[in-house]
Amino acid sequence: MPSTTTVKQLTLADVRDILDAEVLNGDDLNVMVIAVGAADLLSDVLATSKTGTLLLTGLLSTQVIRTAIVADLCGVVFVRGKKPGEDILSLARESKIPVLSTRFKMFEASGRIYSALAESTESK
Amino acid sequence: MMQEALESTYSVLGRDFANAGRVSTQIKDTLKRLGVHPTVVRRIAIVSYEAEMNLVMYATRGKVLLNVSSEDITLRIDDEGPGIQDINLAMQEGYSTATPEMREMGFGAGMGLPNIKKNADEFNISSEIGRGTRLVIRVRQAA
Repeated sequence: MPSTTTVKQLTLADVRDILDAEVLNGDDLNVMVIAVGAADLLSDVLATSKTGTLLLTGLLSTQVIRTAIVADLCGVVFVRGKKPGEDILSLARESKIPVLSTRFKMFEASGRIYSALAESTESK
Repeated sequence: MMQEALESTYSVLGRDFANAGRVSTQIKDTLKRLGVHPTVVRRIAIVSYEAEMNLVMYATRGKVLLNVSSEDITLRIDDEGPGIQDINLAMQEGYSTATPEMREMGFGAGMGLPNIKKNADEFNISSEIGRGTRLVIRVRQAA
């Protein structure tokens, strides 16, 4: 995940607002996002992410959720309006992995989060 | 760090993509329950998951043996499968013999074995063509 960015203060609720995202799983979005990364290659996520990373991905597979469990990710955002199937969502519910879906493409979703972080840093 | 010693074996079926990764999440839960340090749990979970995906993608069937002692955690993954032709080549980042189906799941980019090695304190791989592959990984408990 070459584009991983360590963030100062951002919660999943902030990400939902920034990406105008639909929440598909997760009752409590008051979860700190430690870092953000965008990738479709799960081996890259496993190799480079850290605990508490939020993953933006265009990959629809149950392996995305298993990767989130294994690598202690704080949540998953499916980009480009992709809606995960019931197999993916039931695994997410079972393992308490927050799942969001945004209509923005990966590049734009990443840019929006990056800009929000830059603004929050500048205003300090 | 006081922990009970533990040894358990898990079976993994080749081509069973729907359940691929399940054993690794079980192993992770077990280690968490034992009170293993979260950093160590994460390293073992990543190693186990990459190895499990390799097994599911390439082998017919296999077993994962988990051994926990107060000093370290050992994973031994034995599979019945085609074996690896050239281990040095397979250890190179980016070298892969994966099918498009494997790549569609987000794997098969030639990162698995290097990732496993990166997360292990000790790493051992041996393979016999037409028989299978054995992987032994050790991670020391955090001091």
